[in-house]
Amino acid sequence: MSPALTENLTQASYLAAAGLFIFSLRWLSRPETARRGVLAGVLGMSAAIVGTLLHPEIVHFEWIAVGVVVGALAGVPLSRVALTAVPQRTALSHAFGGLAAGLVGTAKYSLWLADGELTKFRMGAIAVEVILGFLTFTGSLMAAGKLQEVIPTRPITYRNQNVINLGLLGIAVAAGLWLIIDPTKWQLFPVLIALSLAFGVLLIIPIGGADMPTVISLLNSYAGLAAVAMGFVLENKVLIIAGALDGSSGFILSVIMCNAMNRSFTNVLFGAFGQVQAAAAAGEQKAVKSATAQDAADLLETASQVVVVPGYGMAVAQAQHRVRELRDQLTKRGISVKFAIHPVAGRMPGHMNVLLAEAEIPYDELVEMDDINPDFPQTDVVLVVGANDVVNPAARHDKSSPIYGMPILDVDKAKSVIAIKRSMNPGFAGIDNELYTADNTVMVFGDAKAVIGDIVKALSGGSGIH
Amino acid sequence: MESLDLWGMAFVFMLATFIGFDVIRNVSRLLHTPLMSLTNAISAIAVVGSLIIAGEQKTTFSTVLGTIAVAASMTNIVSGFLITDRMLRMFKRREPGK
Repeated sequence: MSPALTENLTQASYLAAAGLFIFSLRWLSRPETARRGVLAGVLGMSAAIVGTLLHPEIVHFEWIAVGVVVGALAGVPLSRVALTAVPQRTALSHAFGGLAAGLVGTAKYSLWLADGELTKFRMGAIAVEVILGFLTFTGSLMAAGKLQEVIPTRPITYRNQNVINLGLLGIAVAAGLWLIIDPTKWQLFPVLIALSLAFGVLLIIPIGGADMPTVISLLNSYAGLAAVAMGFVLENKVLIIAGALDGSSGFILSVIMCNAMNRSFTNVLFGAFGQVQAAAAAGEQKAVKSATAQDAADLLETASQVVVVPGYGMAVAQAQHRVRELRDQLTKRGISVKFAIHPVAGRMPGHMNVLLAEAEIPYDELVEMDDINPDFPQTDVVLVVGANDVVNPAARHDKSSPIYGMPILDVDKAKSVIAIKRSMNPGFAGIDNELYTADNTVMVFGDAKAVIGDIVKALSGGSGIH
Repeated sequence: MESLDLWGMAFVFMLATFIGFDVIRNVSRLLHTPLMSLTNAISAIAVVGSLIIAGEQKTTFSTVLGTIAVAASMTNIVSGFLITDRMLRMFKRREPGK
């Protein structure tokens, strides 16, 4: 093949890939067409890879083969993790994305430095790519560690945290600028890398578990922008397009998560949520009404409309399959069952939907917050399974509460509420929940999976007697 | 010449970002977790750059970095598409008559 023909084929494959990626995301918008979106994505990726391998600069294939085999071997088990572990897996994949960008940027720097081809523009793009890539790498590893609970999930704070963090980033940017002015100052390059790696770690350390959905979305966006920067370095438009799609997706998700918590980006990143409230929580304690699984079953049986509010606690207890059995028992009795999904329930955007879908609960029963809130006053029983801050009425009226202003599920407006909880310990945000002491609330203490199992047993046993 | 390329790329970036905002906004909240794993797989298109560096074998240093980058990107491609499809298969409508 002539070089011109090869180049045209490569570019055509990139063009096709970019189009297919856009279709892929478009088809993902609805569950009916979503799987077609995956197919389009796979086709686009295959086209781009084949188009690249035609490239005349690629002269050896053995190391490519090694990388591909290692990647495939690592990728298959990572795609089979339990759905409760999907947030960790996602964070890990952002880390890999950041790592790839950082390494390619470093390799390009070394090659162009040796050949004397480092223009100011290339150097600038490399600096951005390397900073974003490496900070995404360590930041995402930290997030994955926190989600997997190998690193403490509570926010870790120290004095002058924000000053130190921003100072580090500032030095990294300054090193990058210096390199643009004088790209041959190669000693600065390792400094740039080290500072970016350190900044990624320090950025995530002070962030608590409840903020993980926002942080994962934000890291998603950074990983996309690192790919965009790589596109500018390699002058490759399909990289820019795919990176921009990923970057905008992460950005939109972060905005949705922030709105759902009534907080700003800066507050999530620099606010270190959850450490101040301990003192405020020490006020008068109202007594809670404790109930048994049998009581809960009796209450549910007399209802005609039930709404289940799942939270991270359901995921931790792996209770989603029991929840489904409960739903089946109730629907069998002609009771309407719906699931109320708060945008930040769980540890990543959409986490609850995936868990409930895994338990084979039809997705038309999963209702978003804004759509279900008007229904609560007509709801007979709300069953709260491991959700906490997202149902705390203090968010509506208590100006001193750290979650004041956060949109919540108006569970307290229902006729009665059953809350399943392991203990009276406050949730991740460390705030007391007045829902638990409300007159229309009863608490069932215990492991969510065991408690719901007992309720199901009481319901199925009870049906024989009636 | 170079400045022309830069501006061309900047235009592509801007337009792709607008398309991204528009397309992503229409994705149902139901599917935000699969959305994240799918965009993750797609942005592993970074494999394109890694392949060239691992395949041109200019220096040992660049080949090692390129190979690691190929492995990292391939991991994202394989696991990203597979897990997205696995999750999407679980989303089912209510069966009629139930």
